[in-house]
Amino acid sequence: MSGVVDPFVVNLTVFVLAVFVGYHVVWNVTPALHTPLMSVTNAISGVIIVGAILAAGTDTLDFGSGVGALAVALAAVNVAGGFMVTQRMLEMFRKKAPRANADASKSSGGH
Amino acid sequence: MSTSQVALSYLVASVFFILALKGLSHPETARRGNLFGIIGMALAVITTLALVASGNVLLVVVAALVGGAIGAVIAKKVEMTKMPELVAAMHSLVGLAAVLIAVAAVNNPAAFGIPVPMPGGNRLELFIGSFVGAITFSGSVIAFGKLYGKFKLRLFSSAPVVFPGQHWLNLGLALVMIGFGVAFFLAEGPGWTPFSVMLATAFVLGVLLIIPIGGADMPVVISMLNSYSGWAAAGIGFSLNNPMLIISGSLVGASGAILSYIMCKAMNRSFFNVILGGFGQEGGTTADAGQKSVRSGSADDVAFMLSNAESVIIVPGYGLAVARAQHAVKEMAHKLAARGVQVRYAIHPVAGRMPGHMNVLLAEAEVPYDQVFEMEDINGEFGATDVVFVLGANDVVNPLAHEKGSPIYGMPILEAHKARTVLVNKRSMAAGYAGLDNPLFYLDKTMMVFGDAKKVVEDIIKAIE
Repeated sequence: MSGVVDPFVVNLTVFVLAVFVGYHVVWNVTPALHTPLMSVTNAISGVIIVGAILAAGTDTLDFGSGVGALAVALAAVNVAGGFMVTQRMLEMFRKKAPRANADASKSSGGH
Repeated sequence: MSTSQVALSYLVASVFFILALKGLSHPETARRGNLFGIIGMALAVITTLALVASGNVLLVVVAALVGGAIGAVIAKKVEMTKMPELVAAMHSLVGLAAVLIAVAAVNNPAAFGIPVPMPGGNRLELFIGSFVGAITFSGSVIAFGKLYGKFKLRLFSSAPVVFPGQHWLNLGLALVMIGFGVAFFLAEGPGWTPFSVMLATAFVLGVLLIIPIGGADMPVVISMLNSYSGWAAAGIGFSLNNPMLIISGSLVGASGAILSYIMCKAMNRSFFNVILGGFGQEGGTTADAGQKSVRSGSADDVAFMLSNAESVIIVPGYGLAVARAQHAVKEMAHKLAARGVQVRYAIHPVAGRMPGHMNVLLAEAEVPYDQVFEMEDINGEFGATDVVFVLGANDVVNPLAHEKGSPIYGMPILEAHKARTVLVNKRSMAAGYAGLDNPLFYLDKTMMVFGDAKKVVEDIIKAIE
């Protein structure tokens, strides 16, 4: 065995390990937050924007950069929209002001 | 910036994405997690912008600002009941972006550091990334239409669209798609013709794969498309040799796959059973309801029973959200708590139209999350509870799930029938999605209160005072 490892094999290694990490991290997400999980993964898959930037950011203005710019815009909708709507939902799960807190401690006293 | 610096920066961004998901293990750490996600994304974008510093930076920035502004406005305005639609729309955007990047790569491989003419390995990866992206796009558009429910087109109707030979047609199209993918792999030059035909076939396939799936199965479909959108991003990561894209795509893909599994399990359906579709077309039939009698009561009766109970569990279903009764329910719970009644909420995994949907709807109504319990955490408590109040839920409390031979046998349910008294609010005696009668409604200890959930709960609040 000698020579350079094919980039595909390196990518495959990263892929397999990442799937394992994802599997374990996601099983630890509390079911109450499954909707924010989905919206934040929408934002994270928007990272495809880096590919779009490479396509749009060439030195010439042509078909390729136009297609790339469109992809940048689409991915940016996901990035901005995904993170912001997740933030909005998570704010709702914040411990509420004293009034709501008092309710919580009273009514869940059995726990 | 050197290539290694770029790669290291991408590595840091990937770690931030993992931390973003890790934060969601508890509501208190989740906001910090989201912040990590934003930092990771900012790092990834700035690093990539530095790479194209000599090119069309202005074009990139303008496109990003336009898209970002649209996303921001939607995120601010969207109603929480419409989250499934928003998520479906976002899946379609990721899919389409993946396709566009693949098109740009075929057009000009050099922009991505891919040798010209494009080597076979890159072609293969590009083929996979773009067909998964295309299926994600058109499938998500159909899912969006089914969820939105207001388009007249038959393709977008919530009822399954089934026809003879459907699965064979899909199989045939899949083979055609793969065939042209292989042709693209073997092509001399750019290979536009096989690439375009492959993409077009994938778009059609995306539509055909989702139309036979009924509205009731949408929680599975959204999760599944979530998964696809991740795999599409990972596929593009392979072709661009970008480990960060591969990692993020895999995280998303794994997340969607796990959510699909959880939803299937909660509905007692196998994944293939859902995919093959056709379920949920009959509905609204009431089986032999005429034979048995139900006890029905007024809002005053309900108010009396609730305020004299020591412990109450509220079981909300999607009917509650449709009636926009969440705030009224929270008000009612507040009034009861003030009288010393212990109030808790029990959530079935498929209570809403997407995973975790009901939790968000309750959180929006300012129900404290520590009063809200998942099925496995609260099922043991029903036996020791005075009153269960079922609002707009049906199949998820149907005791037939415990009886061998029933169509929903084995489906996990909230064991509301074990409580001392059961109160059920429904608009009518119509059956749920599963089209089954619910024996819970005919028990001696059950009292039905018919009417719109919001109206009924508001009357109960008045009566408690």
